[in-house]
Amino acid sequence: MKKLGSSSKVTKKAIFVKLQIMRLGEKTYKKKQEANRMFAAIGDFTLFFWQTLKEAFSLDFEFNEFLRQCFQIGYKTVPLISVTGMIMGAVLTIQSRPVLADFGAVSLLPGMVAASIIREMGPVITALICAGKIGSGIGAELGSMKVSEQIDAMEVSSTHPIRFLVVTRVLAATLMIPVLVMYADALGILGSWAAINIKGSVSFVLFFHQAFRVIDFMDFFPAVIKTFFFGAAIGLVGCYKGYTAAQGTESVGKAANSAVVIASLLVIIIDLIAVQITDMLL
Amino acid sequence: MSNKVGDIAKSSETSNLVIEINNLSKGFDDLQVLKNLSLNLFNGENLVVLGKSGSGKSVLIKCIVRLINSDRGTIKVFGKNVNELKSKELSKLRQKIGFLFQSGALYDSMTIKQNLEFPLIRIKKKLTKKERDEKIEEVLENVGLTDTLHKMPSELSGGMRKRASLARTIIVDPMIMLYDEPTTGLDPETSSGISTLINDVQKKYNTSSIIITHDIECARATADRIIMLKDGDVYMEGNIDEFENSSDETIQSFFKEKP
Repeated sequence: MKKLGSSSKVTKKAIFVKLQIMRLGEKTYKKKQEANRMFAAIGDFTLFFWQTLKEAFSLDFEFNEFLRQCFQIGYKTVPLISVTGMIMGAVLTIQSRPVLADFGAVSLLPGMVAASIIREMGPVITALICAGKIGSGIGAELGSMKVSEQIDAMEVSSTHPIRFLVVTRVLAATLMIPVLVMYADALGILGSWAAINIKGSVSFVLFFHQAFRVIDFMDFFPAVIKTFFFGAAIGLVGCYKGYTAAQGTESVGKAANSAVVIASLLVIIIDLIAVQITDMLL
Repeated sequence: MSNKVGDIAKSSETSNLVIEINNLSKGFDDLQVLKNLSLNLFNGENLVVLGKSGSGKSVLIKCIVRLINSDRGTIKVFGKNVNELKSKELSKLRQKIGFLFQSGALYDSMTIKQNLEFPLIRIKKKLTKKERDEKIEEVLENVGLTDTLHKMPSELSGGMRKRASLARTIIVDPMIMLYDEPTTGLDPETSSGISTLINDVQKKYNTSSIIITHDIECARATADRIIMLKDGDVYMEGNIDEFENSSDETIQSFFKEKP
């Protein structure tokens, strides 16, 4: 009896070990598949980026569509950016004022707010808002075009869809986002002046003079340069996610959603790299 | 002598060939959709491809215009192997082929006029604006949609969208028409109108067509020859009478299923 009991224990142990090995094997296989998918997606995106770059230098540039996209991406985002820019400047001023007042340095407020807005707040907040509005818009539009076979229809009618749909959108985003950022910066500074005037009275000329006394070319230049990269990233990710959407309406929502998430993440990463490069150069 | 006659007949048949497909295979992951399929399309004929959903009908015509790359086999259109063509050559060949998508695939953000102008500007580059406008009016008249010029696709009914889509396809004077389920989702009367339109297009523009459908009425109205696909290969080939009189169970059940 004893012998039987010990042998059943051994059998149970063997089964347990076998099961664990099988589970480990399954997990390893799943991880391998995930890694394969990730590498395939990276390869796919690289190829997409290369095709976009190649088509951007094509002789048959779709200029009318490019202008239409500039209007869609640039002009139609102006109301949202106006409100956000004003509020950004005003909030920054209202929050910073008590701290500076404690140190008796309220006169530094315009300069501090202007530097914060021009260097960091303006570009990053505007880019994140654009990632939400423009990135999701492009992702959803191209995604629904893909699902309803409009991209295929374009291809069979001898029009290169990447040239017509992707290049125009990426270029428009690359050019329009810096413009929107500069506009948001200007409104942010205006919002700051308005906020200062809630509790005091400062003329705009004096405010402007104090704000721009501390700003020089190297505050402005790197901040503008990085916005071109923000624009390119937002446009490219939105287009890629929409263009590669799977069949079915659910994939349109997924494409829009992942376009926003990845574009926002890329904006933050590009900002970090830009800040590091600027820091090294100064 | 008989051999010579056979050769002449064969060569005249070959010169009459518009599309020649040999041993075409296509699979997606573990699913083999087309298995060594071979078929020919002759000049001026309407070839109807019947088959149940998932039998590979749409994949077949998407392989012809290389929207999908085939795994094995050859597809020759006007004697040119589609799979070996470079991007520019493929683009030129596609200009000779009209493709009517199942969903119509009209561009949502454009009016009907802009939809029709889109291929015209890119393919018929030499046309003046006046000539383009005349051409647009002409094809819209042909499909009976003259009053929709400035409407958006969302303002049209399903049948009107199909007709507008057909107008966009024929506006560049294609030599081959590929119809992907042209009557799906339409009421019998509108379906009949689309079938008539397919015949009109064939007569007026002298096109050779492949019509993918599972609508027996559409097949009856348009087919010169019918091919039925089953399990990714040609199951039966013949004319409508041969299909309707067939004692084969699969054919019978397919024909009986339809209203």
